Amino acid sequence: MALDDTKKTKDFKVVGTRPNRPDGIDKVTGRARFGADMVAPGMLTGRILRSPHAHARILRIDTSKAEALPGVKAVVTRADFGDVPDHVANVIDNCMAGDKALYDGHAVAAVAANSAAVARKALKLIEVEYEVLPHVTDVDAAMKPGAPVLHEGWQQETVPAGYSGNVISRVEFGHGDVEAGLAKADRVVARTYRTGATHQGYIEPHACLATMSADGQGDLWVCTQGHYMVRNVCAAILGMEQGQLRVTASEIGGGFGGKTVVFLEPVALMLAKKSGRPVKMVMSRSEVLRATGPTASTSIDVRIGMKKDGRITAAFAELRYQGGAYPGSPVDMGSMSAFAPYDLENVKTVGWDVVSNRPKAAAYRAPGAPMAAFAVESAIDELARGFGLDPLAVRLMNGAKEGTRASYGPTYPAIGLIATLEAAHTHPHWTAPLGENQGRGVACGFWFNFGGDTCVSLNVTPDGTVTVSEGNPDIGGSRASMTMMAAEELGIPYDQVRTIIADTGSLGQNEVTDGSRVTFAVGLATIEAARAAKREMCKRAAMIWGIDEEAVEWEDGAARPAGPNAGKFPPMTIKEIAAVASNTGGPIAGHHEVTAEGAGVSFGTHMVDVEVDPDTGATRILRYTVFQDAGRAVHPSYVEGQFQGGAVQGIGWALNEEYIYGEDGILQNAGFLDYRIPVASDLPMIDTVILEIPNPGHPYGVRGVGETPIVPPLAAVANAVSAAAGVRMTRLPMSPPRVLAAMQAAKG
Amino acid sequence: MVKVLLWGSLADLAGGAREVAVEAATLRELLDGLARDHPGLRPELDRGVSVSIDGRIYNDSWFTPIGPESEVVLLKRLQGG
Repeated sequence: MALDDTKKTKDFKVVGTRPNRPDGIDKVTGRARFGADMVAPGMLTGRILRSPHAHARILRIDTSKAEALPGVKAVVTRADFGDVPDHVANVIDNCMAGDKALYDGHAVAAVAANSAAVARKALKLIEVEYEVLPHVTDVDAAMKPGAPVLHEGWQQETVPAGYSGNVISRVEFGHGDVEAGLAKADRVVARTYRTGATHQGYIEPHACLATMSADGQGDLWVCTQGHYMVRNVCAAILGMEQGQLRVTASEIGGGFGGKTVVFLEPVALMLAKKSGRPVKMVMSRSEVLRATGPTASTSIDVRIGMKKDGRITAAFAELRYQGGAYPGSPVDMGSMSAFAPYDLENVKTVGWDVVSNRPKAAAYRAPGAPMAAFAVESAIDELARGFGLDPLAVRLMNGAKEGTRASYGPTYPAIGLIATLEAAHTHPHWTAPLGENQGRGVACGFWFNFGGDTCVSLNVTPDGTVTVSEGNPDIGGSRASMTMMAAEELGIPYDQVRTIIADTGSLGQNEVTDGSRVTFAVGLATIEAARAAKREMCKRAAMIWGIDEEAVEWEDGAARPAGPNAGKFPPMTIKEIAAVASNTGGPIAGHHEVTAEGAGVSFGTHMVDVEVDPDTGATRILRYTVFQDAGRAVHPSYVEGQFQGGAVQGIGWALNEEYIYGEDGILQNAGFLDYRIPVASDLPMIDTVILEIPNPGHPYGVRGVGETPIVPPLAAVANAVSAAAGVRMTRLPMSPPRVLAAMQAAKG
Repeated sequence: MVKVLLWGSLADLAGGAREVAVEAATLRELLDGLARDHPGLRPELDRGVSVSIDGRIYNDSWFTPIGPESEVVLLKRLQGG
């Protein structure tokens, strides 16, 4: 079902079109202000001193020489923060080490100085005495009894006795009898899969500018996915009331989940507090890679049984995710999502959250799901190909649909997986011929999506144009989407509405821009805010006409008598009503505050062709098509962009990207020369097919689309490479040496 | 009484039952009832959970109504990127 064929639930005039993006001119002309672009009079430069050790006890920090250096205005260590509330204890520990440095790059001190040169010099004058401790960076090694333990006594009650203290929690999902199901299979594939830790790879490094006045009021300008989260977390760490800290989000040069937490912000605020001056901090790329959140590296065992006709009889996965130095790897999400696309009678997943001497993992688009999908979809592919079956037909046979009991528990309402599979099966890509050394792979993916706290304020100006204030940084085009939904609801042109991202002092609490929530949740609130404004405008028209407000309706940007009995009055447009607002009761606005629920889960299917060089093992992506349910594509170009971006990041995860640690526990590739993300010349145009199965939980049927596209590509590319190379690839990234070695080993 | 499906490892903390019954008409009553009747679940409930009610997932809305025939499934707290 292509976009244009979708049955429309409403006759949309703006939604579904492709207007110019409101932030486009500023971004292409360089006027857009990102995190590092803000300046303030008397501003200082902040810099961080980082641990050169993977694991070390901090015995002593002497900052006296640094403090004595001319130009240095403040030095901060963990001691400056004192005791903090429990819910932010690990947060500040990650931003500024306490008793121990837990990974290479862990912050141990910070300075603010008149210039970057002075700040760098001051860092060298800080004396830190370390007791170097044994370290562990591999997930399987960290789980073994006898492994160096990062935190004593942090293990949860869910972990059976006998496991290393690095194993923080265990989780299990599923239903049925897996062993009985496997016994019924004609073939069982049992393999271990591994994925490297990858970084979100946003182009803009973390940056902020902090001020703290003598009366305790603070302001923060910051590049983040959630400035309300920044406010709340920093206020807790610094012992401030939330209302005393105003945070303004800059433009953002990518986040992908990595900017859903704080790193520099509380440190910058403390430096500003101690110095009495504004303090600006900007990370280098090396700092971003060493000390901000990559995703987890994983080790996953899978067993899947299948009958000769392609029916899956049972499925099992044991997932081990290391999430860096603190608890909270996304293994829960991986365990719930691993088999979510399938209708299975017998299924079980077991997940283990493990800590190691790496930077704390942060969310990365559909956190935890891509790695699980890589393992599961690889095993299904191997079984299907082993029986000579069509891999898409096998997925169609086993695919989840309305009424399926999901592997993580609930029964699905109407969902779009089968639609994506059918679209893929009938797409010309599926039957296009392949050449020598080429292979085609497919894979499915799932993501939950969610909503959360959301506020929108919509104001009608005296000339009848409209401003929308929302509280979520615009990562994927939300200003365009909100503008379109407001224009749609009000019945006015797109260019009559402008949407801004308000600071934390202007709106109530807003959840972080994550979980593919913004177009869904903020869109819902925008529509309701517009409806509130429409009700008010109908009321004003009723006052002017001298009729009951119930006798007035809103249509095509104007108030109109609802029927012949209401009287004969010419329509009053939004401009006409706004022009006399001062005479009819005052300014006109609508607002809506909600904890949005009912986001609706999302599915996608990816198809990719690759060519593997038999002499080098290098892989080239030849063709790539994404099929995904968007519920309702508000601005199809942005939806396509999300699909394409997810596919590209997944390709990088599959082929190139990986945190590489030496025996000393030091990150070996902390730069984009050695940590290689895909660039345009590596890629074909990513083709997209938007399916629209409306989400009943949203007035326009919108479903989040931002995360699902990164779930299938790891497996899709692996299945294609495995087909082209003639050997099953079970470890990511599939770098040329790794592929070449596998091919040579297969040849004997 | 509302029947609540627990995930596997959570069932171990509720005496081994994959499904427990709780007197509840709202999400808040459900969470309070689970903590009261099954103290072993408290650490996980304190860490935060999501709840699927008839296939729709809820995180925070205490007063979401739950019917006696509703399908209720406890989930690990969702996080996103």
